[in-house]
Amino acid sequence: MTISTTSTPVNYGAVPDETGRFGPYGGKYVPETLMPALDELEEAYLNARVDKDFMAELAHLQHTYVGRPTPLTYARRLSEELGGAQIYLKREDLAHSGAHKINNALGQALLMKRKMGKTRIVAETGAGQHGVATATAAALLGTECIVYMGTVDMERQKPNVFRMQLLGTEVRAVDSGSQTLKDAINEAIRDWVTNVETTHYLLGSALGPHPYPAMVRDFQSIIGIEAHSQMQDPAEGGPGRLPDAIVACVGGGSNAIGIFHPFLKEEKVRLIGVEAGGHGIEDGAHAARFADPERGRLGVLQGTKSYVLQDSDGQIALTHSISAGLDYASVGPEHAWLRDVGRSEYTYCTDTQTLKGFSALCELEGIIPALESAHAIGYVLELAPQMAQDQVILVNLSGRGDKDLGTVMQTIGGDR
Amino acid sequence: MRGVERIEQVFRELKTTGAAAFMPYHAMGYPTRQQSLEVIAALAVAGADIVEFGIPHSDPLADGPTIQTATYAALVGGTSVADCLKMARELRDQGVDTPFCAMSYYNPILAFGEERFANAAASAGIDGLIVPDLPPGESELLEPACRAAGLATIYMLAPTSTEERIKSVARHSTGFIYLVSVTGITGARDELPPYLPAFVERVRRHTDLPLAVGFGISTGPQAARVSEIVEGVVVGSALVKAAGAETGVDAVRILAEELAAGSHKGVDG
Ligand SMILES: Cc1ncc(COP(=O)(O)O)c(C=O)c1O
Repeated sequence: MTISTTSTPVNYGAVPDETGRFGPYGGKYVPETLMPALDELEEAYLNARVDKDFMAELAHLQHTYVGRPTPLTYARRLSEELGGAQIYLKREDLAHSGAHKINNALGQALLMKRKMGKTRIVAETGAGQHGVATATAAALLGTECIVYMGTVDMERQKPNVFRMQLLGTEVRAVDSGSQTLKDAINEAIRDWVTNVETTHYLLGSALGPHPYPAMVRDFQSIIGIEAHSQMQDPAEGGPGRLPDAIVACVGGGSNAIGIFHPFLKEEKVRLIGVEAGGHGIEDGAHAARFADPERGRLGVLQGTKSYVLQDSDGQIALTHSISAGLDYASVGPEHAWLRDVGRSEYTYCTDTQTLKGFSALCELEGIIPALESAHAIGYVLELAPQMAQDQVILVNLSGRGDKDLGTVMQTIGGDR
Repeated sequence: MRGVERIEQVFRELKTTGAAAFMPYHAMGYPTRQQSLEVIAALAVAGADIVEFGIPHSDPLADGPTIQTATYAALVGGTSVADCLKMARELRDQGVDTPFCAMSYYNPILAFGEERFANAAASAGIDGLIVPDLPPGESELLEPACRAAGLATIYMLAPTSTEERIKSVARHSTGFIYLVSVTGITGARDELPPYLPAFVERVRRHTDLPLAVGFGISTGPQAARVSEIVEGVVVGSALVKAAGAETGVDAVRILAEELAAGSHKGVDG
């Protein structure tokens, strides 16, 4: 063994520290009213993690209700078409309610029910997938649920609004600011501040104040844990080896951190996050926090310190993405840290390239992906041909695309 | 005199009269730059003891609809952090000498540069700083920068605060402590919460600093009742709403006089 003199190995298990920091990122930037609620949540979560009954109940629900483990699918025709690396898909689109979001929603809802003595859930949603997942978990566990959603997102993700309502959840329209995910989070936090004695805020991504980024990561890590063993097991559809690269889209970063985290120690596996490139970086209409050197800077938004798209005065920038779930000005603090220490890398995919990925997966594999997940595919269209045929890419297919049919129809036309 | 001492002096002088400080908030740049300057001047004349000088942020997570709308309009009108500090300087040059506590969120200050902000604020005539999304544990850069610049560092407590957090806020605050009267966001409310006196008592056990109560106070009688139990009465949304009305500055003056009379009731009664 050679000992490196230039760098000490990074201990990925050591973050966050007790104050909720991932290096310089993370923390708890919230109004005082919420500090006790965050402490209480952290305590409940730490307690649940080592409670065998709790973990067994969650595992049982994941198996019998969510349908886990989700399959691993070899994308044969897509791989052949691109002529490079072999592409495998982790099928979170097949999880009950249609996306990886259920992993976290069910975990937190069960935590509230079993460990916290609260009776009411509030959540935000962008694409509506987290809202639907939360509404689903609330119905399953018999809990009151209110979901805040920007009016712009309600329009572009209409089917999900109706799904939430069918599940017994009240969807509250948010008309302030950019009327998208960021504003829905502000409003959910305001509700939480007001009703904190009875209410749990079921945050939907690896964002927000400590302990959310770590807790959401842990609930989502089931994706990577399953994929790690499936990849090595031909009986589970895997190539019998670990992938050379893992690709996932990054909104707040929960599906990405969920699949990355169990692979952090496999230093040979490249971890690639794909942000929303919107109309392109120069155009300014995008949500690529890491790709915009001018506006993507260290900042604090909604409780956590991370990369934030902002103007020179610290006002949060308006973002754009064809996918509501990636249309957000900040990114989970652990991604910012993993990028700094050189473990993960980030790129972006424009709306146009995303639609190419969307169509490719529909036509070559018979899978209609969520527009969020189509960002990962869009990037793989470029990456795979640069790799050798004996190399392997694992893509996190975070959700299914039923909710996006309206958007896609408007963009590429419905009568083809 | 340093900013923190100017704030301490307000409370020291009022103590002898039994009155509470009247501490109105206004969002700078709202409804326009010029009008916001007139509002601050009017508040000073109407009897403000300390002005909460609001620096707008795009994502005011602790604010209700009134202040959200006002700060959004101010940003659309082009209000910047630097311009807010310039406005403070202009007011000082006009002779307005009421102590100012800047009130903003953390990100605009972080973007400006924490040390640079503290120094620029102090030289613009700002005396203290309140940042609702920056609790003591996260303030390891800004707090020393403010101390060095002579600014009071004011933290908030809420009815949900534990004894431990009360102790921590008491340790880190200078000038006064801001008590959020309700579990909730800013906005005028009809009733004062019944648990307010007990909350105030809980905080008193851990500090001798003056206490100011805010969130929800909108009328003279409410101000008078609050003035009986604490040293400062903060009023935001009701005045901001008045500033946005057609009668603007006049409406602010009339309401501010009523609130000042309520807060100062100890002087007469
Ligand atoms: C299917 C799908 N993928 C990805 C995302 C982005 O979120 P995250 O980055 O937290 O995985 C969303 C968010 O709504 C989603 O619905």
